Amino acid sequence: MNAELLAIPDLMPVMPEILLVLGAMVLLMVGAFGGEKSTPLVTGICVALLTVAGLILLVSPHYGTTFNGAFIQDAFSQYMKVLVLIGSGFAIAMSVAYARSQNFDRFEYPILIVIATVGMMLMLSANDLISMYLGVELQSLALYVVASINRDSVRSTEAGLKYFVLGALSSGMLLYGMSFIYGFTGHTDFVGIAAALTEERASLGLVFGIVFMLAGIAFKISAVPFHMWTPDVYEGAPTPVTAFFAAAPKIAAFGMLIRVLIEALGDVTTDWQQIVVFIAIASMALGAFAAIGQKNIKRLMAYSSIGNMGYALVGLAAGTEAGVHGLIVFMTAYLAMTLGAFACILSMRRKEGMVEEISDLAGLSKTNLPMAVLLAVIMFSLTGLPPLIGFFGKFYVFIAAMDAGLAPLVVIGLVTSVVAAYYYLRVIKVMFFDDATGEFLPMSGEMKIVLGLSSAVVGLFFIMPEPIMNAAANAAGVLF
Amino acid sequence: MNDWSILSITTFLPLVGVLFILLVRGDDPDAKTNIRRVALITTTFTFIVSLFIWGGFTNENPGFQMVEKYDWFGDTFTYHMGVDGISMLFVILTTFLMPLCILASWESVQDRVKEYMIAFLVLETLMIGVFCALDLVLFYVFFEAGLIPMFLIIGVWGGPRRVYASYKFFLYTLLGSVLMLAAIMAMYWQAGTLDIVELLDKSDFPAQMQTWLWLAFFASFAVKMPMWPVHTWLPDAHVEAPTAGSVVLAAILLKMGGYGFLRFSLPMFPIASDMFAPLIFTLSIVAIIYTSLVALAQEDIKKLIAYSSVAHMGFVTMGIFSANAQGIEGAIFMMLAHGLISGALFLCVGVIYDRMHTRQITAYGGLVNNMPRYAVAFMIFTMANVGLPGTAGFVGEFLTMIGVFQVNTWVAFFAATGVILSAAYALFLYRRVVFGALEKESLKSMLDLTGREKLILAPLIILTIFFGFYPAALLDVTSASVGALIENYNAALEAGGIATHAAAAVSH
Repeated sequence: MNAELLAIPDLMPVMPEILLVLGAMVLLMVGAFGGEKSTPLVTGICVALLTVAGLILLVSPHYGTTFNGAFIQDAFSQYMKVLVLIGSGFAIAMSVAYARSQNFDRFEYPILIVIATVGMMLMLSANDLISMYLGVELQSLALYVVASINRDSVRSTEAGLKYFVLGALSSGMLLYGMSFIYGFTGHTDFVGIAAALTEERASLGLVFGIVFMLAGIAFKISAVPFHMWTPDVYEGAPTPVTAFFAAAPKIAAFGMLIRVLIEALGDVTTDWQQIVVFIAIASMALGAFAAIGQKNIKRLMAYSSIGNMGYALVGLAAGTEAGVHGLIVFMTAYLAMTLGAFACILSMRRKEGMVEEISDLAGLSKTNLPMAVLLAVIMFSLTGLPPLIGFFGKFYVFIAAMDAGLAPLVVIGLVTSVVAAYYYLRVIKVMFFDDATGEFLPMSGEMKIVLGLSSAVVGLFFIMPEPIMNAAANAAGVLF
Repeated sequence: MNDWSILSITTFLPLVGVLFILLVRGDDPDAKTNIRRVALITTTFTFIVSLFIWGGFTNENPGFQMVEKYDWFGDTFTYHMGVDGISMLFVILTTFLMPLCILASWESVQDRVKEYMIAFLVLETLMIGVFCALDLVLFYVFFEAGLIPMFLIIGVWGGPRRVYASYKFFLYTLLGSVLMLAAIMAMYWQAGTLDIVELLDKSDFPAQMQTWLWLAFFASFAVKMPMWPVHTWLPDAHVEAPTAGSVVLAAILLKMGGYGFLRFSLPMFPIASDMFAPLIFTLSIVAIIYTSLVALAQEDIKKLIAYSSVAHMGFVTMGIFSANAQGIEGAIFMMLAHGLISGALFLCVGVIYDRMHTRQITAYGGLVNNMPRYAVAFMIFTMANVGLPGTAGFVGEFLTMIGVFQVNTWVAFFAATGVILSAAYALFLYRRVVFGALEKESLKSMLDLTGREKLILAPLIILTIFFGFYPAALLDVTSASVGALIENYNAALEAGGIATHAAAAVSH
C-alpha cells in the first residue's frame, strides 16, 4: 500500500499538461519581473507552448490511464484536446492585434488562458468525479479573471462578476450532484460507477445526482435554462476574451459531459436522455428566436452559440456511437466557424475605435470584399447550408438522433435552424445588400491568418472530409 | 464510354470559368468586358461538352448511364453521378440556357459584374449537379447550395423590394428542404443506404413510413415547384430578380421540384403517391384555375408570367401523378418546353425593361409599330405559352391532359378550362403591350431588337417551333426510363395492394 502510494505515477500521458503548467509558472515569473514590457514575449511563448502541446498530442500521444485511474488519455481526449488547443492558441493570437490597437497589454492574459487550457485538458481526461471537478474549477477560476481582465471597464468587471457568481453557483450544483452519485453508487471513478449500475434503471437518488450534475455542466456549455450569463458576458468581456469563451471552454465542457454520461452513466441512458432532449430543444429554440432582435453582433454570436449547443446536445441525446461521432464533427465545425466569425468581429475596427453593431457591417462587400465573402461563407455555414462544414456537422448529429428514434427532436431542430437562418442571413444582407456607411481599418495579419484558415476549413471541408471524419470516428469509437 | 467522366466535367466546368474570372484584375470597362467574355465562353463550352452527353446517350437503356462513383464520406454517402432518360434533358436545358442568360446580362448588369458572373457560374454547376446526382445527400448538397447564389443574385442585383423577395425565397425553400433532409435521414436507417440507384431497386418502405416520407419530400418539392398554396414566394422573387435570374428561376430551378417528384416521390414511395394523388390533383387544379385568374389581374408583366408559370406547373404535377406513360412523358416534355418558353418570355420582358426600366403593363402599348421584330418574337412565345398546336407548349399540355383523363376525367375537364384562361391572360397581355396605338412619347424612341437580342431569342424560337412539330426528339429520350418507372410503380402498388389485402384477411 505504501509502496503504491510512494511510486511515481506514469507521467507520460500527462506530458502536455505538465509542459503547459510548468511553462505558465515560469512565464508568470517572467511577467512579474519584466513588467508590461514583457507582454509580447510572454504572449509569443504561450502560443508556442500551446503549439508544442498540440504537436505532442498529434505526433506521439501516450494512451493510457494514470494517477490510479483518475486521468485517462485516449483517442477521444486526444482529439478534443487538439481542438481546445487550437481554440486557445488562436484566441491568444487574435488578442495580439487587439492589444496593439486597444492598449490591452496585460501579460497575465495569455498565461491565464494557458492555465484555463490546462483545466480544460484535465476536464477532457477526467476519469473520476474528483479529477473532473478539479479540472472544471481550474478552468473556471482562470476564466472568471479573464472575463474581467479589462479591470478599468465597468462592463468588463460586471461581466466577470456575473460570470463568477453564477459560475460558483453552478460549481456548487455540480459538486452536490456528484456527492449524490457517489452516495448512491459508492464510487467516484467512472469505471466503478458504471460497474455499480447493475439495475435496469437508476435509483431516485442517482437521478437526483444526475440532474444536479447536468445542471452544473449545462451552465458551462450555456445551454438553456442556464444560459442567462452568456449574452451579457459575451457583450461585456473584451472581444478577444469573448472569442476565447465561445470556442475552447464549450468544447472542453462538452467533452467532459460526453465522457461522464457515456462512460460512467452509459447504462442508464434513458434516465438522462430526457433531460438532454429537453435542454437541447430549449437551447435550439431560444438560440433561434432570441437572436432575431439582436443588434450587437457579440450578443448575436452569444445566442448563436446557445443554439449551436442545442444542436450538439441532439447528438448527445442519441447516446450512441453515431451520436458522439456526429457531436465531435459538429464541435470541429463549431470551432472553425466561431474562430472565423470572431476574427471578423475583431476586425470591425474604425479610426474612432472598435464597433460592434451589425449595422456597422453595412456595405462591407464594397469596401472589403474578401472579408465580406469569407464572413458570408461562415454565416451560411452556421445556417447549415451545404456544402459547408456546418451542414455536415448538423447532418451527422441529426442522423444519429434519427436512428435513436428521436424523430420529433430532429424535426424541431431542423425547423429552428430555419428560424436561425433568418438572423444569419441578416448579417449577409447587411454586408451585401446595404450601402456602405464607413470603412474599417485594414485587417491585421493575425486576423487574416485566423480567418483564412478557419474559412478554408469551413468552405473546403467537403473536398477532403476523410481526415477529420476518420479521426472523429476513431475518437467516438473508444468510448463504446 | 465512361472513361472520361463527362458528367463531372460538365458539372464542374463552370467553376474553371470562375477561376479565370478571379484572375481578371481591375474594374474598368475593359475588365468588365473580359469577365463577360470569359463567362460566355465558359458557358458555351459547357453547353458543347454537354451535347456529348446527349450524343453518348442510349435511348433504349432505361437505367442510369455514364455513371461515376467515388468514395466521399466513408460509408454514409458517396459521390455518385449518372443520368437517365428523365434527368439527361434537364442537364442539356441548363447548359443551353446559361449562355443566353450571360448574353442577356451583357448590358443590363454594370454593377459588380465580376461577382455577378461568378454567382451565375457557380449556380450553373449546382443546377447541373442536381440533375446528375445519384446519391441523396449529394443531391441535397447541390439542391440546397443553389440557394446561396440565387439569394445573392436576387438580393444584390434585384429591384426595389429585393431584400424582402430574397428572404422569402430563401426561407420558404429552406423550410421545405429541411423537412426533406429529415426524411433522407430516416430513409438511411430504414434502407441502410442513401444511394439513389439502390433505393430505386429495392424501394420497400413500410406503407405507414411512406406516408411520412412522401409528405416530407412533398414539403420541399411543392415549394420549389411551386404548387398552390406555397407559391407566393415565386412572384416576388421573379419580379425583383434581374432578367437572367428570372430566366434561371423559371426555366431550371422550378424544374427541380418536378424532377424531384419523378425521381423520389413516385418511384420510392409508390403507395403514398397513389394515396396522395387526389390531393395533388386538387392542388394542381386550384393552381391552374386560381393562378390563371390571378394572372389576369396583374399590372406587372413579370408577375403575370410568374403566375402563368405556377399554372403551367399545375399541369406538370397533374401529369406526374397520373402515373401513366402519357402523363409522365407529357410532364417532362412540359417542363422542358416551359423551360424554353418561360425563359424566353422573361428575356422578352428584359428587352423592353432594359429600354424603359419599368415592368408596368400600362407603361407600354403599340410596340408593334416601332418594334416589329420584337412583336413577332413575343407573339411566338405568347402563343407557345398558350399552348398553340405547332409549338412546344401544346405537346406537353396535351399529353398531360390525356394522361390525367385516363385517371380522372373531371381533373382533365378543369385542367382544360385552365388552357382557356391561359389564352385569356396571355393574349390580353400581348394586346396591351404590343398592339394598340403608339401614343406614349417615351416609347416612340424605342429601337427594335439589337443583334445581341436577336442572337438570344433566335435559338429559342427555333427550338420552340421545332419541338412543337417534332416532339419525338425529346420523347424518344424519355420513353424508356419512364416506361421502367411506371412498370416498377405498378409492380410496387400491386405488391403493396396484395400485402394490404392479406393484412385485412388476417384481421378478419
